[in-house]
Amino acid sequence: MNTHNVLLCSNIQPPPAKYGGRHTVTLIPGDGIGPDLLNHVREVFRFSCVPVDFEVVHVNSADESEDDINNAIMAIRRNGVALKGNIETIHTMAPSVKSRNNLLRTNLDLYANVMHCQSLPAVQTRHKNIDIMIIRENTEGEYSSLEHESVSGVVECLKIITRTNSLRIADYAFKLAREKGRSRVTAVHKANIMKLGDGLFLQCCREVASGYPDITFDSMIVDNTTMQLVSKPQQFDVMVMPNLYGNVVSNVCAGLVGGPGLVPGANYGLNYAVFETATRNTGKSIAGKNIANPTAMLLAGCMMLDHLKLYDYATMIRNAILSTMNETRLHTADIGGQGTTSEVVQSIMRNIQSKGPLISER
Amino acid sequence: MTARSVQSLSGALKLLFNNRLTRVYGAATCTQRHKSSYTPPPARYGGRHTVTLIPGDGIGPELCKHVCELFRFCCVPVDFEVVNVDSTKDSEDDINNAIMAIRRNGVALKGNIETNHNLPPSYKSRNNLLRTTLDLYANVMHCQSLPGVRSRQNNIDIIIIRENTEGEYSSLEHENVPGVVECLKIITRTKSLRIADYAFKTARAQGRRRVTAVHKANIMKLADGLFLECCKEVASGYPEITFDSMIVDNTTMQLVSRPQQFDVMVMPNLYGNVVSNVCAGLVGGPGLVPGANYGKDYAVFETGTRNTGKSIANSNTANPTAMLLASCLLLDHLKLHAYASMLRRAILCTVTETRLHTADLGGHGSTSEVVRSIMSAVQSTGPRTLSI
Repeated sequence: MNTHNVLLCSNIQPPPAKYGGRHTVTLIPGDGIGPDLLNHVREVFRFSCVPVDFEVVHVNSADESEDDINNAIMAIRRNGVALKGNIETIHTMAPSVKSRNNLLRTNLDLYANVMHCQSLPAVQTRHKNIDIMIIRENTEGEYSSLEHESVSGVVECLKIITRTNSLRIADYAFKLAREKGRSRVTAVHKANIMKLGDGLFLQCCREVASGYPDITFDSMIVDNTTMQLVSKPQQFDVMVMPNLYGNVVSNVCAGLVGGPGLVPGANYGLNYAVFETATRNTGKSIAGKNIANPTAMLLAGCMMLDHLKLYDYATMIRNAILSTMNETRLHTADIGGQGTTSEVVQSIMRNIQSKGPLISER
Repeated sequence: MTARSVQSLSGALKLLFNNRLTRVYGAATCTQRHKSSYTPPPARYGGRHTVTLIPGDGIGPELCKHVCELFRFCCVPVDFEVVNVDSTKDSEDDINNAIMAIRRNGVALKGNIETNHNLPPSYKSRNNLLRTTLDLYANVMHCQSLPGVRSRQNNIDIIIIRENTEGEYSSLEHENVPGVVECLKIITRTKSLRIADYAFKTARAQGRRRVTAVHKANIMKLADGLFLECCKEVASGYPEITFDSMIVDNTTMQLVSRPQQFDVMVMPNLYGNVVSNVCAGLVGGPGLVPGANYGKDYAVFETGTRNTGKSIANSNTANPTAMLLASCLLLDHLKLHAYASMLRRAILCTVTETRLHTADLGGHGSTSEVVRSIMSAVQSTGPRTLSI
């Protein structure tokens, strides 16, 4: 019997690895600014004596074979949790080379992408008091990578919407809204044009909404949504949507609260969770220059600690990050400051040290 | 197949088969002419143009009425042929009448026709039918910051050129397995080349220096990859214009933080929808920006963001600026440039100097007050008008 196949097909997954009280988490550095930022995360975790060990798995984006990404996927199945940087999709390679990030999300069935956009007091933005949770379907929709060119010069790209996945994501959205005490869920769609596709999505959301009478449900067409987001974003509470609209809307919201360097993102599946920056930027142009904003990746690390139920560590690091951002006001270039990445990280570590708990020597 | 091509086909066959098949094709020619897409030039009789007017739903009818009022007041030599399209009816007769009227006149001004969600999925969007049947392949929207309008960003000047007939709006969906819907997004080489060519020609004509293609080719490699490739090919023929590309998610994020970096943008249908709405929101809202749909033979003008505005219909609070500026674009298209600039000046004067704003821009004016103010602005600049 092929044990490799049995392991991949098996539905019985081990719980997140915890041995001797220490968790093991898969770390995928990715490309661009990913490796630098993840090094900083490790540095901060080590400094704060967080009981997490990282199993580093490299994925070479220039490699056509899928071995690297399969190793990464197997490592995540083993550990249950991962922290990753974005893996670049090189345009000049053949179309058969699928996006590695996409492969990871679909193989592990990480169906919900959750992004929480909040205005931070010290970051200068044009809009204030934004507090939006975006829940985006992560595995189907326009990202099915199903395209073909039946006739030369005519490409058909399939967008798949299924009832099961739509019900699942709607259910996740409402559960999360209830858990966080939110009062309103908005479904974003384009059902006036894509009547069957987005019509099905909308119908599933309505069905699920009927089971949560304490939460208001409404829907909005994606073009109107983006226009409202740009003029009056405070009206939105929780938003749920298919894959592509989720991509656009989450980037608009990230832009509204201050940019891609500030917002962390989480991808949840039934058995696994992978944490990364919300807008999934590789940041090739600023790689290696020590100017990237580490906030997004560090906050993603805190979300991971929350997921592992290490709440104290998560709160401690999160408070330090927010305090550096809001009180010390040490900002990197993307939010208008002059600090470097290492300066910000040092400031965060000093903050942790001053708050008191057990730390290792710097 | 056009009547012309059928005739040439029968001509070619004549040579091949020595008149034996022309009898058969003679009959075909007649029926083809009945369904022909041969188009007369824009209607002009006695120096007056005839333009099709489709009021649509929501705020459409009242805004179109204001356009008629204003044109009559300024003695613009345009007559409107009104064609009503009932959005509650299932049959396609209404929209076919409208399409035939546009074929006849060559130019149209329209309000948005509502797509009722409760009707079955076989009922296609009337606006979409109009665009695809008339092959209005380019949707052009020019977003500019207006001095008197309060907005969070300033100095925005972006031209958005959006492919209008294919992409995600092909209305091709099917449910092979219950609970699994497949939606087809079509990208073709010919249409991508056509829209890219249009974009570069427009950029050159308006003296613009940079064209940005918006895509998602890292995920949709074949489809958006083809679109991007076509844009690059066309770009090589315009060396004085810089061409670059940006992924749609990054584009929307950049638009929200630094929209001044964009000049001309070209993109497929759905991204065009989202990006144009973001830009409209940035310059002040849906009530300010006009849009134009151009095809090879026809042009249809409407508001840029195609809102029905059902919630504010008949309450005299809608902003007429977008529809009135769209009518100015129409006048420019008919080469009535003097009238177009006169009206445009009056409209912009009301918005920026008099600062008479409707509710959507934060003011208290009603639609009729704004229109009256525009009419007095026109009257004061001198040319012959009717009395108010």
